[in-house]
Amino acid sequence: MTIPSLSLLLQSIVNGILMGGVYSLVAIGLSLIFGVMNIINFAHGSFMMLGMFTTYWIYVLLGIDPYLSLLFSIPVLFVIGLVIERFLIAYILDAPEYNQLLLTLGVSLFIENLALFLWSPNFRTFEIPYLSKAVTVGTLTMSLPKLIAFLFAVILTVILYYFLKSTDLGKAIRAVSEEKEGSLTVGINLRRIYYLAFGIGAACVGAAGTLTAPFFYVSPQVGSVFVILAFVIVVLGGMGNFIGAFFGGLIVGLAESVGAAFIPGQLKQFIIYFIFVFVLLFKPAGLFGKAHE
Amino acid sequence: MSNSIQRTRNICVIVAVGIFLIILPHLIDDYFVHIATTIFFFGYLSMAWNILGGYAGQFSFGHAAFFGIGAFTSSLLQVHAGVNPWIGMLLAGIAGMLMGLFIGSLSFRFGLRGAYFALTMLAFAEMLRLIAVQVCTVRYPLGINIPIKGNSLLYFQFSSKVPYYYIMLFMMAGALYLTYIIERKKLGSYFKAIRENEDAAQSLGINLFNYKLLAMAISSFLTAMGGTFYAQYYLIIDEEAAFGVAGSIEILLGSIIGGAGTVLGPLLGAGVLECLSEFTRNVLGGYSGVHLMVYGAILIVVIVFLPSGILGGLKMAFGKLTKKGSRDLWVF
Repeated sequence: MTIPSLSLLLQSIVNGILMGGVYSLVAIGLSLIFGVMNIINFAHGSFMMLGMFTTYWIYVLLGIDPYLSLLFSIPVLFVIGLVIERFLIAYILDAPEYNQLLLTLGVSLFIENLALFLWSPNFRTFEIPYLSKAVTVGTLTMSLPKLIAFLFAVILTVILYYFLKSTDLGKAIRAVSEEKEGSLTVGINLRRIYYLAFGIGAACVGAAGTLTAPFFYVSPQVGSVFVILAFVIVVLGGMGNFIGAFFGGLIVGLAESVGAAFIPGQLKQFIIYFIFVFVLLFKPAGLFGKAHE
Repeated sequence: MSNSIQRTRNICVIVAVGIFLIILPHLIDDYFVHIATTIFFFGYLSMAWNILGGYAGQFSFGHAAFFGIGAFTSSLLQVHAGVNPWIGMLLAGIAGMLMGLFIGSLSFRFGLRGAYFALTMLAFAEMLRLIAVQVCTVRYPLGINIPIKGNSLLYFQFSSKVPYYYIMLFMMAGALYLTYIIERKKLGSYFKAIRENEDAAQSLGINLFNYKLLAMAISSFLTAMGGTFYAQYYLIIDEEAAFGVAGSIEILLGSIIGGAGTVLGPLLGAGVLECLSEFTRNVLGGYSGVHLMVYGAILIVVIVFLPSGILGGLKMAFGKLTKKGSRDLWVF
């Protein structure tokens, strides 16, 4: 264990918050799917990987700026989510919990290994000059792509929040996640809400993929890095809790970044799992959740 | 069909299959001996998983934790203390079981169920993997090599694949017999009652905590012994092979695909998966991950169309044809 200096600590707090914004976006998608459909989506990381590759190929083949490709990755992942919901998830909504988990595991095995087959396990990165720039405020430096990712993630989160809060469709989605039978009696089409929720969840993580790709690497197995983090965040914030997922993301981003300043190497991931198990055991409703049952 | 005739018939079938499996390695070449050993190996691990996941209904996504502990315990004892691998295997089983009891008593005490238990197991396996990575990158960057002692039963290493085949056959048959006993005795009924409805089982006076922990202990003990076999078979073990997520998935897939909570399901599932993986390897060649892609597709198909696995599906199909005959098939 090393004791970091104050400026290093501040720096890692800033980095943690920037990364946390992206984590929040990943987790909000997962949490939305869980809240509405009660499905723990193991394929969430694969969706993120698809988002990253969408951005990568659009940049390589068409030369379109990675941030502009949000306009592609969001609809592409939305449609992929719809298709998977319609043709697979729809059949197992009433199956036991672990069979649902296994189905999404199957989807993720399939997508990830298909990607491995098509695109090789190589790590790919973007070679764009402005991505290596940084913004300096006093003693703090923020890498430009991380700052952009954070800002976009917050904007998308706010848009989604207002969509869920203020529009009729958003209200219907929230109604379904609160009370299924009640929603049916007031005439909400459950099937349509399920499609939408899964599609929006996939679109969120696709957007997160696009935002992460410029400062991370793109590879078929990259999703596994994020999917566990997303589980941790969702559990921390309370399963299905939107605000909880947002702040959970920031907390995990901070814990990871500040932890790394104290503890070197692989062990920082150890802390993430430790938090995960700890919360599951002692605070299963999440930090912000009311205890059920 | 009367009971005694059925019994005699079953014994005949078992003896015939037994004799066939004993002479089998002398009829086929090394490649197929390896495949048969691999099928028994994954069948064995899947049976171990099945006792906890299939019968007691506690789905584990992290059996690599026990497998890895088993492989590392016997290998490290052998490398550093010269402990005989057979004794190492027993110690590995005990070490795995202790870890199982630790994780189990934590999770079951706090009432983790379903997907939450599955994810907790995954988290524990990953934590152990990270510790192993930390140890291995410093001390064993190329993996832990088992010291070579030559062709020797005493040291559990052979130049031919055939002895490994027999050892694995024996272990697999043992696990199969154990599963059969559990299926037939009260214990199996308790496990199944817990699986079907915990609250109802508890109200009938079944001590949930104790029985879940018992299932965990048996399952983790067997899985860890499988880890030792793996290390002795390849004579090298690294953190990814021991604790990797892929291991956890392969262990549970056999049961799920063959039929969780059945005696023969895990072996059947392991057979189907191994044949598929060899087939894709031969047809599609050196692309990494293609067999996992096929596993993913099979898993999707099974969950959507045969949610209780191949044996479960067969049972339903036969049950519709002959209502009486179904129990036969369920056990054998």
